[in-house]
Amino acid sequence: MKPFPPLAIGVFAVALTLALPVLVVLGFVFVPAGEVWQHLAATVLQDYVKNSLLLMLGVAIGTLLIGVTAAWLTTMCQFPGRGIFEWALLLPLAIPAYIIAYTYTGMLDFSGPVQSALRDWFGWGFGDYWFPEIRSVEGAAIMLTLVLYPYVYLLTRAAFLSQSICVLDVSRSMGNGPWRTFGLVALPLARPAIIAGLSLALMETLADFGTVQYFGVATFTTGIFRTWFGLGSAEAAAQLAAMLMAFVFALMVLERYSRRSARYHHTSRRHQDLRRYRLHGWAALLAFGFCSGVLLLGFLLPGLQLLSWTLTVADEVIDARFLQMVWNSLKLAGIASVLALLLAVLLGYGQRLYPNRPVRFMVRMAGMGYAVPGAVIAIGVIIPFAWLDNSIDTWARDNFDYSTGLILSGTLVALVFAYLTRFLAVSLQTVEAGLGKVTPSMDEAGRSFGFRSLTILHRIHIPMLKGSLLTALLLVFVDVLKELPATLILRPFNYNTLAVRAYELASDERLAEAAPSALAIVAVGVIPVILLSWTITRSRKVAE
Amino acid sequence: MRLFKRLWFALLAASILAAPGVSMAAAEVNIYSARVEALIKPLLDRFSEETGIKVNLVTGKADELLNRLRHEGRNSPADILLTVDAGNLHRAKEMGVIQAFRSEALEGRIPSQYRDADGYWYGLSLRARPIMYAKGRVDPATLSSYEGITDPRWRGKICIRSSGNIYNQSMVSSMIATNGEQATEAWARGLVANLARPPRGGDRDQIKAVASGQCDIAIANTYYLVGMLKSNDPTDREVAQQIGVFWPNQQDRGVHMNVSGAALTQAARNKDNAIRLIEFLSTEASQQWYAEANGEYPVRADVPVGEILNGWGEFKADPIDMGKLGEFSPQALRLMDRAGWQ
Repeated sequence: MKPFPPLAIGVFAVALTLALPVLVVLGFVFVPAGEVWQHLAATVLQDYVKNSLLLMLGVAIGTLLIGVTAAWLTTMCQFPGRGIFEWALLLPLAIPAYIIAYTYTGMLDFSGPVQSALRDWFGWGFGDYWFPEIRSVEGAAIMLTLVLYPYVYLLTRAAFLSQSICVLDVSRSMGNGPWRTFGLVALPLARPAIIAGLSLALMETLADFGTVQYFGVATFTTGIFRTWFGLGSAEAAAQLAAMLMAFVFALMVLERYSRRSARYHHTSRRHQDLRRYRLHGWAALLAFGFCSGVLLLGFLLPGLQLLSWTLTVADEVIDARFLQMVWNSLKLAGIASVLALLLAVLLGYGQRLYPNRPVRFMVRMAGMGYAVPGAVIAIGVIIPFAWLDNSIDTWARDNFDYSTGLILSGTLVALVFAYLTRFLAVSLQTVEAGLGKVTPSMDEAGRSFGFRSLTILHRIHIPMLKGSLLTALLLVFVDVLKELPATLILRPFNYNTLAVRAYELASDERLAEAAPSALAIVAVGVIPVILLSWTITRSRKVAE
Repeated sequence: MRLFKRLWFALLAASILAAPGVSMAAAEVNIYSARVEALIKPLLDRFSEETGIKVNLVTGKADELLNRLRHEGRNSPADILLTVDAGNLHRAKEMGVIQAFRSEALEGRIPSQYRDADGYWYGLSLRARPIMYAKGRVDPATLSSYEGITDPRWRGKICIRSSGNIYNQSMVSSMIATNGEQATEAWARGLVANLARPPRGGDRDQIKAVASGQCDIAIANTYYLVGMLKSNDPTDREVAQQIGVFWPNQQDRGVHMNVSGAALTQAARNKDNAIRLIEFLSTEASQQWYAEANGEYPVRADVPVGEILNGWGEFKADPIDMGKLGEFSPQALRLMDRAGWQ
């Protein structure tokens, strides 16, 4: 076996550091949890497994259906409003899942305006009529689908756009219509991107706490909290978290295995302008109806509800401190997204150069944080940081009779580190999907010029990957903006963000007062989302 | 490569911004608070104005703040832990993250059942968790006690939130302490059998469900109802006006109560300032604001309650030692799991 080159060791070390919080939590697995586990198995574990699986199934079906259909329609077809839907369909990404859950519950609950109006019109009382219960597994799956489908849409659309037109042209020249071209060529070729988008959506689903807790759906996430804090067993909680992660790991392995030796990069960089299929009559109407329906449910309705709540309280809530919170949110999201991008490039590229087992494994571990609830990650960050700080302090006290106190704990460093652990998967998936499409013959060509690895990265990969890099940057930006549990517990004194404020009021069941902050998260998040769409479109000119 | 240069600058900027936020100024006090900012900050500002002591605040969920305190150990920057629910205060004491202190002012003002016997924590406000009913549809004469609502006459008529919530855990703990585990488990099964729907949403949602006819009675904390009565949203006010408050168990132990309280952390460096602040929070003026801001009851008997609370009349409160609520909490959760209380 070859000795490890320094870059491979560096990549391994970085991945290990980022995986640390996850590993710390997993470390509890080896501490026996005693009879707590028997209690869980006898009472609630079945529900956790069943509900988590149902939720994943629902979100998988929903996001695939909406995401892939919308991507194909806006990329390959021409119908009224297409130019607007192209970017507008990304907007739901800016809404935190728990916020959309609160707004829809406000609207659709038994005591909400919709059902109250129905009862008034028809003179019904309780039990006289059937109305779908929003606070259920199905309801949670719909809420999560509405805000998570953009991951599938985004990555799938980027894949469709970058597909070599020659391939699609060949398909057309062989007499295949739009449906056959989609099914036989475009869809299979876009599979890595679709799977990448889907796995982001599913990991986010598994990590969701706010929505399922509010809906009273018992899943792994809510189970972890009950077990940790309610039953007071960190060990059993960690074992639940480990089960959750084993699940994700199995999914990832399955995906890798199903791909095996297939390669998805293009052998040609020759691109030609693509002609869109022009839809007429019913087809055009159907396409328009589908896209506007999704946009209405995923963005416009909840947005309007937030706006109407905001208007009732705006003058009390919006002041100088509110602006400070906006700035804090922006700053954190900016710092974390830039760092996450740098690390994703390093890890993705290191993996490409040194595809050996330890490096690959550790990079996978570093990406696991995305499926772990933010509050669990936060505890995984607090433990090693506090240990490090306290060790330094003890050493300084012993040797210099001087207390250093806590150096990193309770600073933004710890918080940003938590964000990186939590969201690295997002940038990593995006960068990897992009790298996967760059043919290795490019690397070989570079090497034949005598370029070193880093030069190849600078001069060949990064220019080719610009679109993917910006996508990675903006996705993490929006995710950090929405992040709550880790921010809440790790932030320094007197440091508020929009998500913290929105949560504090919403958790106190003051939805109207929470609305301005929630709306501000959406408003701030919309800007990078639009930027994102614009970049992807620009990356590829398509003729009408 | 320009992209790299730019990213490098961003990184540099990031490391500068990440410098610690709290300086070690002479007159300050640091708080970890599980009570949300809106319900505490104005009072802290008043304290700073009067004394010149700067107050630094982080808010968060009680469990997680406790965890942070524990791992930060003797170097934790926090001086005061403010938290809701006796269960959490008890846990903090067990974990060894708070320390006992004596204060004549606090001992004089706060009744002994609402502070720790050894001086580890002092209660600052009280919350009651009575039965709420639909006015008109329910005759309050048919209600008697928490135990009474497992009667078959309430089948399909009760709403209550999930057992994951600490208010329910503390309430069940108090029942375990009084009635024993076996009787309480039977009670929980009876309650589950009488539920109108699986537990979901918060206390306000249970209140709304009563108003809209989905259930007839609910168990909820009074301050949620106060919040709805004072809401900017006219629908909230309309809903809340249809709700009556019934004080259960007046013939025996009384209504289930809980506290929010303050404690001095083990690592406190600004001990004098911290005690001064806790004492400030127990003065008559502070107590009135502290309770009124959240529709709670002041912990001092000599401070008048808010107008709405006054309207619901006086009642007998369960005199149980608050420490017990935390002691029985894990047992309570298991019991609720077994009873199928989601």
